[in-house]
Amino acid sequence: MDLILPDLGLLFWTGIVFCCLLFLLAKFAWKPILNAVNAREQKISEALELAVKTQAEMKALKAENDQILKEARAERDSILKEAKDAANHMIEDAKTKSKVEAQKIVDAARLNINSEKAAAIAEIKTHVATLAIEIAEKVVRGELASDEKQKALAEKLAGDIQMN
Amino acid sequence: MQHLSKLSFFMRKVAVLLAFVGMSGFSFANEEKEFNVSEMIMHHIKDAHEWHLFGPEHGGTSIYLPIILMDNGLKTFSSKHFYHGEAVEVAGKEEGASLHYVKGVGPAAGYAMYHEEIYILNAAGELHFDGEHPHNAQPMDFSITKNVMSLLMGAFLILVVMFSVAKFYRKNGAVAPKGIAKFFEPIIVMVRDDIAKANIDEHKYEKYVPYLLTIFFFIWFNNMLGLIPFLPGGANLTGNITVTLFLAVCTLLVTLFSGNKNYWGHIFWMPGVPVPMKFFMMPIEIIGIFTKPFALMIRLFANITAGHIIVLALISIIFVNKNIGWAGLSVPMALFISILEVLVAFLQGFLFAMLSALFIGAAVEEAHH
Repeated sequence: MDLILPDLGLLFWTGIVFCCLLFLLAKFAWKPILNAVNAREQKISEALELAVKTQAEMKALKAENDQILKEARAERDSILKEAKDAANHMIEDAKTKSKVEAQKIVDAARLNINSEKAAAIAEIKTHVATLAIEIAEKVVRGELASDEKQKALAEKLAGDIQMN
Repeated sequence: MQHLSKLSFFMRKVAVLLAFVGMSGFSFANEEKEFNVSEMIMHHIKDAHEWHLFGPEHGGTSIYLPIILMDNGLKTFSSKHFYHGEAVEVAGKEEGASLHYVKGVGPAAGYAMYHEEIYILNAAGELHFDGEHPHNAQPMDFSITKNVMSLLMGAFLILVVMFSVAKFYRKNGAVAPKGIAKFFEPIIVMVRDDIAKANIDEHKYEKYVPYLLTIFFFIWFNNMLGLIPFLPGGANLTGNITVTLFLAVCTLLVTLFSGNKNYWGHIFWMPGVPVPMKFFMMPIEIIGIFTKPFALMIRLFANITAGHIIVLALISIIFVNKNIGWAGLSVPMALFISILEVLVAFLQGFLFAMLSALFIGAAVEEAHH
């Protein structure tokens, strides 16, 4: 029967010990332990959040980078194309210009040659005329070396004039 | 085969060791006295004023604990003055039965101890028996009994363990736990999350966590100490009705002082039922306030006491049969029960804290209809 009857002395000591234990543990054990555990949980959840955020940021950054890269590539391509076009254009231009120039030079040369040719022909003509005159003079002098010859010629000339 | 015989030899050794160390109240040597199992078991699971270490009940080695009496002033002396006092034998009521008690000597003079209870001797200098129980007056006994000693050691152990856990966090801050903190943190977090948070309103639970933690570790540590068959264990502290009564009253008080309008409303004027039913429910609910902690008290007491009784009864098989060969049966069975008791030790602490949290949770719950 006394197994299920409470005992005053034990009740007294249990009360004292349990209350002291509750006080001491609450103040010096549970509080620092739970604070530390809570702080760590806070830290972990913050770190996780940050990781997720960073990941998203990284993703956005990467997308942005890709975009920039893409744009840069496109720009490079367009610049290259432009440059190529410009170069082609320039070459084309240069080609036409040089053709025209060459034509001009050729034309000028031709003109020059023609004029030179004409001058030369004229000179040759003059020379030939002078030579002919000289020859004619010499011939005439020879023809007219004697009186008969002078007379024959005069007659002949007179004959020509008469015939005309 | 060799292996097996070695094993059984070991088991026998353990049995003998257990028999001599773990139990008080009987001895092989005392052949003329019949071995009384129930007496031995009752003796073990009840409180005592000495801490029996080893050897026979009388003449063995014991630690004599201090006796503190309130009887016209404070009187303190060693319980040695009872255990080494003057043995008295009186005839019992039944034929052939005899009752034994001891009169104190020295500073204990004027008192007698009968079944670990202290009585004041009457004018004739003896105990007056009426049936099995003396009718003498009893002084208020605040002695440091075996259970009180166990209580102090258990509390000391909890303080040492938990302070060293707290020291880790104080020193290292909010980092991953190591060593002793690594072992206890999941249990502390379990009490916080699975016991407190799960049963009590999310905004109010924090206030009750220290209480629930203390009650859980108090019960668990003392249960475990009770499973150790020798010093510093062996007392049946959490299987003592006084201790479980105190713990249950604590939970009752916390519940009552936490009770809000909604809680009391459900007790005195149950909402949502017809008026006659409200009158009918009121006494039931009022009784319910007390049956809940009462169940807590009985559950812990019965579970732990039953565990002690089973282990002792199994070991007693050897001594009832007076043949050490029975150790081959009784020791494995006692070992099995002991391991089961390790689980029960945790489970009962968990249940007590869990149900306390449940009652507190019901008391602080806000109306939601």
